[in-house]
Amino acid sequence: MIGFLVRRVGQAVIVLIGVTIITFILLHLLPGNPIRAILGIRASQQQVEQLTKQYGFNQPLWIQYGVWVNQLLHLNLGYSYKQNELVTTVLAQRIPKTLFLVGSSLVVAIALAIPLGILQSVRRNRPDDYVLTGFSFIFYSMPTFWLGLLLIIFFSGDLGWFPSAAPQDQLSVFSQLNGMVLPIATLSLVTLALFSRYMRSSMLEQSIQDYVRTARAKGVSGRVVLFKHILRNALIPVITLIGLSLGGILSGAVVTESVFNYPGMGLAFYQAAEADDFPMLLGVVVVVAVATVIGNLVADILYAVVDPRIRYT
Amino acid sequence: MSALDPSQVAGGLVPEPGIGTAGMLPEGGEAFHSGSAWRMIAAVFLENRLAIVGLGMIIFVTLFSFIGPFIYHTQQVFASPNIANQAPSAAHLLGTDALGYDVLGRLMLGGQSSLEIGFAAALIAVGIGVIWGAASGLAGGVIDSIMMRIVDAMLAIPFLFALIVLGAIFNTSIPELIIVIGLVAWLVPARLVRGETLSLRVREYVQAVRVMGGGSRRVLFRHIIPNTVGTIVVNATFQVADAIIAVATLSYLGLGVSAPATNWGGELNTGLNYIFDGYWWTIYPAGVAIVLTVVAFNFVGDAMRDALEVRLQRR
Repeated sequence: MIGFLVRRVGQAVIVLIGVTIITFILLHLLPGNPIRAILGIRASQQQVEQLTKQYGFNQPLWIQYGVWVNQLLHLNLGYSYKQNELVTTVLAQRIPKTLFLVGSSLVVAIALAIPLGILQSVRRNRPDDYVLTGFSFIFYSMPTFWLGLLLIIFFSGDLGWFPSAAPQDQLSVFSQLNGMVLPIATLSLVTLALFSRYMRSSMLEQSIQDYVRTARAKGVSGRVVLFKHILRNALIPVITLIGLSLGGILSGAVVTESVFNYPGMGLAFYQAAEADDFPMLLGVVVVVAVATVIGNLVADILYAVVDPRIRYT
Repeated sequence: MSALDPSQVAGGLVPEPGIGTAGMLPEGGEAFHSGSAWRMIAAVFLENRLAIVGLGMIIFVTLFSFIGPFIYHTQQVFASPNIANQAPSAAHLLGTDALGYDVLGRLMLGGQSSLEIGFAAALIAVGIGVIWGAASGLAGGVIDSIMMRIVDAMLAIPFLFALIVLGAIFNTSIPELIIVIGLVAWLVPARLVRGETLSLRVREYVQAVRVMGGGSRRVLFRHIIPNTVGTIVVNATFQVADAIIAVATLSYLGLGVSAPATNWGGELNTGLNYIFDGYWWTIYPAGVAIVLTVVAFNFVGDAMRDALEVRLQRR
């Protein structure tokens, strides 16, 4: 187990280093000189040179990279010229909101997907399986923003049950919970479709295994076989898949936040893209990449905890 | 009869001299005639009703987008703000959008660009991914580790984030959109093909090629890649579906192509402003088009995956 942990964490560290390299390369692919971006077009050559030296842009690339990684390790993600604030400050305000949105959507999606997946696998190829599969496909194929639009039209416009914009304030998120219903619903519906498909196929894979046949031959009741044997084994790969889909959920969060104007990290990212605010853009990319790597790492470790067989791969 | 009589040996299952094995068919009727592997796969594929529906929808959308404009003539170049946001009528079957373009014509044009970008991006993604993954799997050792760590590092940045960053850096024209999506989407096929390569390179026929003196390139292009075609085709189908959604999302966020070119997602960009005004024709048609097309590709890809999944055939 220790060997597995060491290997897995080592891999994650290497991937993180790779991520910083890639982000650094992107930083330097940017059009135009960043110094010009700060000073404007009319800056004199002398000002440009002075600022170049001050910010260290004239040093060899690997030194710049080292300085940048050092910054990252001190949790300094750069300075956003457009917003005139440290990226870290802005993100510190925004990340908790996105965490709330993504977290609640995940909980809702998992809570609904597992029973639905079990139901679909038990009643495989019967009408309800087909109907649920159809819905899964449709929701999975919908662009997230369109789903959000539809929900707004139907629940906010026609029925007036929920407001169409999400609560803006830090604290009002909890007092205006009904404003969060539509964003959470949008994000969780798409993930729900994906997760219930995973659950269904995982349950089906387990149900043709030999140990299930043995259990049934022993006379174990269908329900016990289902919940005690098949479900437990089927949940294992689904956990990994859920961990791996964290990146996709964050992507969905970007779109959802922009549709509902929810001031989270995703909306900050989108606004930064519109405003060409590259330090902010790349700061968010680093945060998201780190979150994804950690998510995968946790999923893999969880998998190894639950299934001892893979500790030796 | 003596024990050497042929009809008494091996339960009578001995070929008669002069007739050979022709008379030895078992009595129980004809055994399952499978034909070639491709025919079997096609048979399972076509049994799946959803797959046929999917194929039909893809053909319909393709015809609608590319042949449609020849039947239903509209003008798609110049904006006509004076007739903006008109309800469906005889002149404009699905009304006009915020810039005065005919919505149905926009749908066709958007379909053209969505399908083009989807297919081209999927081709690029699969092309790069297959070569990278197969080369990595075949090389093995340190090179394999390095190549896969690069893939993992790039995979750590979620699809949409990478797309938006690249979209903000580069200009938004159709070729660049295709390249941007392809540059981000090749990672998954690379992983898949590498896995397949790892399991294929220990097969006997690959080892036989090596023993006969075949080099790596021969093994790669004539043996390994052709045998991963099944997985590749399935993945390519899903790549097209993902690319269409990616383009739509990018266009909706304003990072897609600009007028007079259009895209289904771009049409929905302005739709958000008119939700509460009741201009349903600016919102539903484009979205329905996206969903139908993507669902069709997902059906087809899912059915192909089922057809190629050996285990499922045992049930």
